[in-house]
Amino acid sequence: MAATSHRFAPPGMTLLQKLGAMSWGLVALLMLTAGLGFAMLYSAANGSLQPWAAPQMVRFAVGLVLMVSLAMVDIRQLHRWAFWVFGVALLLLVGVEIAGRIGMGAQRWIDFGVFQLQPSEVMKVALVLALARYFHGLSGEQTRKWTSLFIPGVMILIPTVLVLRQPDLGTALLLVAGGGAVMFAAGIALRWFAIAGALTPIALYVAWKFVLHDYQRARVLTYLDPERDPLGAGYHILQSKIALGSGGLFGKGFMEGTQSHLSFLPEKQTDFIFTMLAEELGLVGALLLLLLYLLIMIYCFGVAFRSTSQFGRLVAIGIGVNFFLYVFINIAMVTGLIPVVGVPLPLISYGGTAMMTLMVGFGLVASVYVHRDIEVPREPGGSV
Amino acid sequence: MRQDIDRRKRFTRRALVLGGLQVAALGGLVGRLYGLQVVDAERYQVLADENRINVRLLPPPRGLIFDRFGEGLAINRQTYRLVLVSEQTDSVAATLDRIASLIALSDRDIRRVLKETSRRRGFVPVTVREDLSWAEVTKVEVNAPELPGVQIEVGQSRHYPFANAASHVTGYVGAVSEAELTGDPLLELPGFRTGKNGVERVFEQELRGTAGTRQVEVNAYGRVIREVAREEGQPGTDLTLTLDMGLQNFTAQRLGGEAGSVVVMDIHNGDVLALASSPGFDPNAFNYGLTSEAWQGLLNDPKAPLINKILGGQYPPGSTFKMVVALAALEAGVIAPDETVYCPGFMELGNHTFHCWKRWGHGHVGMVDGIKQSCDVYFYEVANRLGMDRIAAMAERFGLGAPTGVELPGERSGLVPTKAWKEAVLGESWQGGETLIAGIGQGYMLTTPMQLAVMAARLGNGNVAVEPRVHRRPGAPAQPVFAPLGIDPEHLAVIQDGMIRVINDPNAGTAYAARIEEESMAMAGKTGTAQVRRISKADREANRDIEDIPWNERDHALFVAYAPIAAPRYACAVVVEHGGGGSRVAAPIARDVLREAQRRDSARWPEEGAPPREPGAAV
Repeated sequence: MAATSHRFAPPGMTLLQKLGAMSWGLVALLMLTAGLGFAMLYSAANGSLQPWAAPQMVRFAVGLVLMVSLAMVDIRQLHRWAFWVFGVALLLLVGVEIAGRIGMGAQRWIDFGVFQLQPSEVMKVALVLALARYFHGLSGEQTRKWTSLFIPGVMILIPTVLVLRQPDLGTALLLVAGGGAVMFAAGIALRWFAIAGALTPIALYVAWKFVLHDYQRARVLTYLDPERDPLGAGYHILQSKIALGSGGLFGKGFMEGTQSHLSFLPEKQTDFIFTMLAEELGLVGALLLLLLYLLIMIYCFGVAFRSTSQFGRLVAIGIGVNFFLYVFINIAMVTGLIPVVGVPLPLISYGGTAMMTLMVGFGLVASVYVHRDIEVPREPGGSV
Repeated sequence: MRQDIDRRKRFTRRALVLGGLQVAALGGLVGRLYGLQVVDAERYQVLADENRINVRLLPPPRGLIFDRFGEGLAINRQTYRLVLVSEQTDSVAATLDRIASLIALSDRDIRRVLKETSRRRGFVPVTVREDLSWAEVTKVEVNAPELPGVQIEVGQSRHYPFANAASHVTGYVGAVSEAELTGDPLLELPGFRTGKNGVERVFEQELRGTAGTRQVEVNAYGRVIREVAREEGQPGTDLTLTLDMGLQNFTAQRLGGEAGSVVVMDIHNGDVLALASSPGFDPNAFNYGLTSEAWQGLLNDPKAPLINKILGGQYPPGSTFKMVVALAALEAGVIAPDETVYCPGFMELGNHTFHCWKRWGHGHVGMVDGIKQSCDVYFYEVANRLGMDRIAAMAERFGLGAPTGVELPGERSGLVPTKAWKEAVLGESWQGGETLIAGIGQGYMLTTPMQLAVMAARLGNGNVAVEPRVHRRPGAPAQPVFAPLGIDPEHLAVIQDGMIRVINDPNAGTAYAARIEEESMAMAGKTGTAQVRRISKADREANRDIEDIPWNERDHALFVAYAPIAAPRYACAVVVEHGGGGSRVAAPIARDVLREAQRRDSARWPEEGAPPREPGAAV
């Protein structure tokens, strides 16, 4: 590697150059997917842009601008800010916790008047950034040492506990899984995963006994036997399966989904929108959406492989895995494979915070792509 | 740098593992979707339809009942019901207040509506009041803008315009009882009514019709979104009775408050033209359920308004039976028409003395005089010569002792005793004196007014064994073919001569006072008196006035007749319970009714092709 060209003055790119190097393929995939989402929201409102499709379009447009703007930010700046971002996200989570205590019950939002912020969403991106920065600073050998588990472990555990207290089981699981995936990709020794695997049953028992709330336990039980309570907690899963199954291979047609439109399906514009899509567009439509998701994931992996920096690789893979986890958990939930946890379907479900988090995440991926050839120093300002 | 390359390689390996896991997980989702949407699609399709398609029954309008001239006896009246849809009104209480300012609304109604609206889903209409008058409907409609969520629903309920006058013919409808449930889903509809008596009950299947169905799509909350399919039911078949409601009304009024029965029928085709059992009851009262006091009142009334006395009342025929005995004697040849019997006022048989109603006797009487003056001794003698079994055989030829088969419920068969019957049922042998008693229609003999009318009809036409009917089935001939009576016309002429003289012979005709004065309408008939209790020697000697005897111990007054004499068309039987003598009470009723029937020309059937009413019209 010709170190001379980069050592003192990393190549500056003009804005135009950066725009040219932008991952427009990813943008196109996102637009296609979001477009499908707009159509479903239009259908969910019985053929109306209000109240869901139009606001969602506005959010997506804002998200796109945010994404492209973020893509223009130098990856070394992202690296430099990573811990600060994590710190701010942690403070927000604590703020929610305090607000929740003095306010009423479950609190996940901070109201800024103009918009509401969900700190747990911010944390998903912040955690990826922080872990990527931490492992970027370690050599391969250091990474494999047991001492390198301590700081990332704490970085995952603190927000997870805070989120669990909200209580938001779904997001907590996403944080653990997403963080674990980054650690795995960073190259920590495999034996830690073996140990974690062995400890999981114990952890599950403790969680079941001491951490989980009654309604969360009920969800798990209902998952194990949905027909146990067809008009209560199992109702959603059962109705979702009926809607899905009755869609068949080619579906009932756009805006023709009987179960969704007759309100047998709960939350058809948010968590259960995949069910509506599969009812109206059938297996064919569902597979088309899965294909789009797969392509987006492959894109993230491609970006990771092309990046010269460990930071960039881990950011891209972290965002990609997080995205996948959203997709998997949501679809597995509505098809009755796993208990009902409140996780939206990325780019499709109605909702502002999730959309913004996703677009920020993809903005980071795009930045990694734009700055794929730039080497990032071990420490900000330090040598490569 | 080497380290960095090492780190990158490790990243690539691990990323590929992560990617592989993700692809595998996606594959799992695809498999799950395939299972749901392809393998089990059919099952879920069925479940989905069950979810959303709700089948509702459309009750068919009940068939209407008309008299022979198209007068509605049982019709479906539109009723108006005020309902409130709570989700369409801001305040249920305020709306109820406004309704109460327009129409009568009890505090109980208001409380009930408030309770129901709070318990049910907002789109479910809650009935505020039933059976609104037209004036109330218009009041509500005019104020509709101030009454959000208030709707008038139109329903149908059975109505009997003539109320009491034909209650035993029409019967009534009432709520379906447990025992009636046959699996027909219609019967399980709330508010559905079935026929409980009269033709409403006998023709229940025809009148009911078949249910239509309406498939509606409902959402998860049960709100109807749209109608998917609709299959109209078959409305109940309208029924045209043989009754002439004009004559029926006249008859019912003529009977007044008496406990009694009047039947008028066509002697040729058996059409029953009037069938009045008194007292009647108001069938309309049964529609929405009687109060228990009203029901007890009907049950405990000594005049038994609920019983159709024409079919369910059994009376000894008394002297009205004498024509049958006389005919049996002529046909058997045990006596000639002009052979006379001496009546000293009694007859002795064995140790018993059998009295004639006329204390000092009729002297020498032949058959015509025997009928005309209703001489008991003459018929004792004839019966004695005949023997009971020959009398019974002739009685059966005239329709006694067996149900007439008229299509109405509650018919009893009466009783014509024979030697075999007495041995089988009472285990005693037949006594000769019992034949004598039977010869004047007393003793074990029992007949229903319907049987008496049939007997009169067969005597009147003298030719065929006419059978009564209250309904001409579609396609049934105007003149059904009946079995021949097989009576010698000369013998019959003797009997008819006697019946004519009973009424029209000023010289000792027992019912001369009740004759029809218009010669073209004149009737022939026979009086009868059925003893309610044995006449004791003391009674006979005291010669008590009828007014001195308690009502329920007085004799039943009977009368059978046909008219006009020249070309008989109408037969009539009258029974007045505890009315006293047949000539005094029953005969005048028969006279008035038969005169009215002829004046109205009740037996004519309206021209075909000129329907007297709008088909299927709900009046």
